[in-house]
Amino acid sequence: MSSIQERVKKIVIENLGAKEEDVTNEASFVDDLGADSLDTVELVLSLEEEFDCEIPDDVADNITTVQQVIDYISQNAKGS
Amino acid sequence: MSNRRVVITGLGILSPVGLTVDESWNNILAGKSGISPITSFDISTYPCRFGGIIKGFDAKKYIKPKDVKKMDGFIHYGIAAGIEAVEDSGISVENCDAERIGVSIGSGIGGVASIENGYDTVINQGPKKLTPFFIPQCIINMISGNLSIKYGFKGPNLAIVTACTTGTHNIGQSARIIKYGDADVMIAGGAEMASTHTGMAGFAAARALSTRNDDPQRASRPWDKDRDGFVLGDGAGVLVLEEYEHAKKRGAKIYAELSGFGMSGDAFHMTNPLAGGEGAAQCMQGSFKDSEINASEVDYINAHGTSTPAGDIAETVAIKAALGEHANKVAVSSTKSMIGHLLGAAGGVEAVFSILAIRDQVAPPTINLDNQDPACDLDYVPNTAREMKIDIVLSNSFGFGGTNGSLVFRKL
Repeated sequence: MSSIQERVKKIVIENLGAKEEDVTNEASFVDDLGADSLDTVELVLSLEEEFDCEIPDDVADNITTVQQVIDYISQNAKGS
Repeated sequence: MSNRRVVITGLGILSPVGLTVDESWNNILAGKSGISPITSFDISTYPCRFGGIIKGFDAKKYIKPKDVKKMDGFIHYGIAAGIEAVEDSGISVENCDAERIGVSIGSGIGGVASIENGYDTVINQGPKKLTPFFIPQCIINMISGNLSIKYGFKGPNLAIVTACTTGTHNIGQSARIIKYGDADVMIAGGAEMASTHTGMAGFAAARALSTRNDDPQRASRPWDKDRDGFVLGDGAGVLVLEEYEHAKKRGAKIYAELSGFGMSGDAFHMTNPLAGGEGAAQCMQGSFKDSEINASEVDYINAHGTSTPAGDIAETVAIKAALGEHANKVAVSSTKSMIGHLLGAAGGVEAVFSILAIRDQVAPPTINLDNQDPACDLDYVPNTAREMKIDIVLSNSFGFGGTNGSLVFRKL
């Protein structure tokens, strides 16, 4: 089974149409990967589906990088 | 009215008989049917289980993969036909002022598949699970919006919605926008993808669809005495309309002139046509007046001809009222016999076929016309395309709500 990091990056690549090499752990969805406000909402929905979890709005609003997603999923998701 | 003239410099089609203009037109002239069983969902309990479905289409060839899921199928189709038309015309913001290029591509129904999916998500998983793209995925002006974003076209951006007259009204009104001076170029037409659960169930509930499930390719049979309703089709048809001097100046290929446009309302019934065809006749006559031609100059009519029992008779009566004696001499055909009724896209694809009829001097056939209804007694170009002199073509569209539109194209 793939690691959380691999699964998160796969979803980011698919959702944002980003290149694999650009999706580093430090990459910011908006600043580095070209996401707009709707893309980030859709990304959160895709992550919730992949990891069978709920990411509350106030948490989602503060998650801006790939690493922050990995950290949150690692600590909270049952599907991880 | 202004003396600005409007010509056609680009064509685009996505139809049940082809993914391009050339492929579609070759199959139309060969009298080939594009009707097939619907397999995209379990349709086994539906009264009508077939349609004019698009085959072999890959949206990713036209739209960035990450954006494909943000748009309903009708938007994919409209963008694909729009791209073909724009590329055919050679128009771009490099050779034309961006603010002088507009887009007006409508749809009769809009994103009904996405509405069904979104409703299912909200009811079964809750409102927070709905995609943020739900609204822009469904709403009808998003073909015009997305094409303008893709190409940088900053002129008028709109989408007229008038049921099965949508494509015709978008084209006619776009010509008026150019004539009035608000733009020099308009990308105009219609798109549709209503072969969904509620689309098929809805038209079946209205008793509008053929139920010839044992022989789908013979189901769309305009003016034949055994016709039993229309066959729903998907697709898109788009024209590039351009002011004549503008087109000449940049050395554009010019297919034909859009010389006339007529409109009317039946003011009669939600779904039925006037038996006497008065609204349709008024509409055709309006397009002749706008075109400054006599009815006797029309060589070919691409009819609305949906294959419904009442509609085919009403249009026949209307053509006689509008053309008088000349109705007995004019060639009339329904390309819906091959592709079905593309609803809001119908006027778009039929405008393309009308223009190609002028280019190639050939009238496309009405297929499946085996036993002509005695109440429909015009020359419907039965079963085989006909080479003939075609200088002036009339294209008719009529829609639910009693909305009528007619376009006149003429050879230059």
